[in-house]
Amino acid sequence: MTTDQTTAALTAEAIEDALLAFLAERIKTEVAADQDLFKSGLVSSMFAMQLVVHLEETYDIAIIGPDLKLDNFRTVKAMTSLVHRVRDADDA
Amino acid sequence: MGTNITTLAIGFGVPVVLIDISDDALIAARKTIKQKVRHAQLLGTLPPDRVQGELVTSTSLDDVADSTTVIEAVVEIPEAKQKVLSAVSAIVSPGTTLISNTSCISIDEMAAWVTRPDELVGVHFMNPSYMIKMVEVIKGTKTSEATLERVIRLLADLGRESLVINNSTGFVINRLLHPLINTAAMLVDEGVASAEVVDGLLEGCLGHSTGPLRTGDLIGLDNLVDSLWVLYNARGDESCKPCNGLLQKVQEGNLGRKSGRGFYDYGKVAS
Repeated sequence: MTTDQTTAALTAEAIEDALLAFLAERIKTEVAADQDLFKSGLVSSMFAMQLVVHLEETYDIAIIGPDLKLDNFRTVKAMTSLVHRVRDADDA
Repeated sequence: MGTNITTLAIGFGVPVVLIDISDDALIAARKTIKQKVRHAQLLGTLPPDRVQGELVTSTSLDDVADSTTVIEAVVEIPEAKQKVLSAVSAIVSPGTTLISNTSCISIDEMAAWVTRPDELVGVHFMNPSYMIKMVEVIKGTKTSEATLERVIRLLADLGRESLVINNSTGFVINRLLHPLINTAAMLVDEGVASAEVVDGLLEGCLGHSTGPLRTGDLIGLDNLVDSLWVLYNARGDESCKPCNGLLQKVQEGNLGRKSGRGFYDYGKVAS
C-alpha cells in the first residue's frame, strides 16, 4: 500500500476498493462489500487473523480490546468502518 | 503445540513456565503466543475479563520443579520424549501430574521412563488448542484414577471437555486420521486429484470441517511424518508408511502453515 493511504484522509470507498482487491487476490474470488465472508465459507477463522494484520499494517492502526472480534471482519463494509473508527480514535 | 497449549493456559488465567531448547526458540515462541492469544481473542474463545496468566520462559528444565502439572510437548520421537520425561519426573515432587501431549507414542511405553507411572497420563490436545474444546485423554495401564480425575478437572478449568480412552499406539484420533492424511497425499502424488479437490470432496461430501491436507498443514508435515513412522513401526500398517510426496515436502522445508507453505500456500502471515 502507498504512504498516501496511511497519512492522507481516506474515503470509505478507497478502503473498500483496496480491501476488495486484497481479498480478490488472496482468496481468488470476487466478493461483495456486504457479503459475510465467514458464513459463505470463503475464508477460515485462520485467515481472519491475516485480515487483522493486513489492516494494521496497511492503515497503521492497532486493533485491540473490544475491537478485536470476528464481527468486525465479517464483511468488507464492517472492516472499512473499523478502520475509520480506530483511525479517528487515534487522531482524537 | 507448546505455544498452542500455553496460549490456552494463560488465556484462562493459568501461569505457565515454558521450556524450550534455546533462547532463540523462546523469543520466537513468545511472538507466536502473542499472536495466538490475539487470534483466540478475535474468535472469542477465551473467557472475557480474565486476567492473563503469567508467562515465564526458560531453557532450564529445573524451572518446572515447583509446577503442579507438567505438560511434555516435544517432537514425536521416542528418544526425545524419553529424555524430557525422565528428567522432569526426577525433578518434580510426588503428586505432580505429568502429562504427555503425545500424538502417537504409547503411554505404557512412556510409563517405563518415569519415576511414578501412576501420575503419568496422555492428553492429546487438538490444534489449535484454544479453539477446539474436545480433548482425547489417554489412560495408561498404570495411570491412577486420582491422576485421571485431576487431569479432567484441570482440563475443565481450561474450558476443555475430555473423552477418555485406553492406551493404544496412535490412540483413537491418529489411528484414524494419520493414514487418511497419508492416503490423501498419495492421491495428490499419483495425480488422481489436486489437494483442493481431495479436501473439497471430504468437506463437501463427508462433512469434514477441514479436509485432510489442510489438516496436515495445520499439524505440521514434519510432525505428521514423525507420527506416521511411529504408527508404521508399531503396527506395520502400510497405509501409515509416509508417502514420497509427504517426505519430499518435509525435505524441501515445506512443513505446512508454520513455514508458510505445505499442500497450500499461506502467504506471509503464519497463523
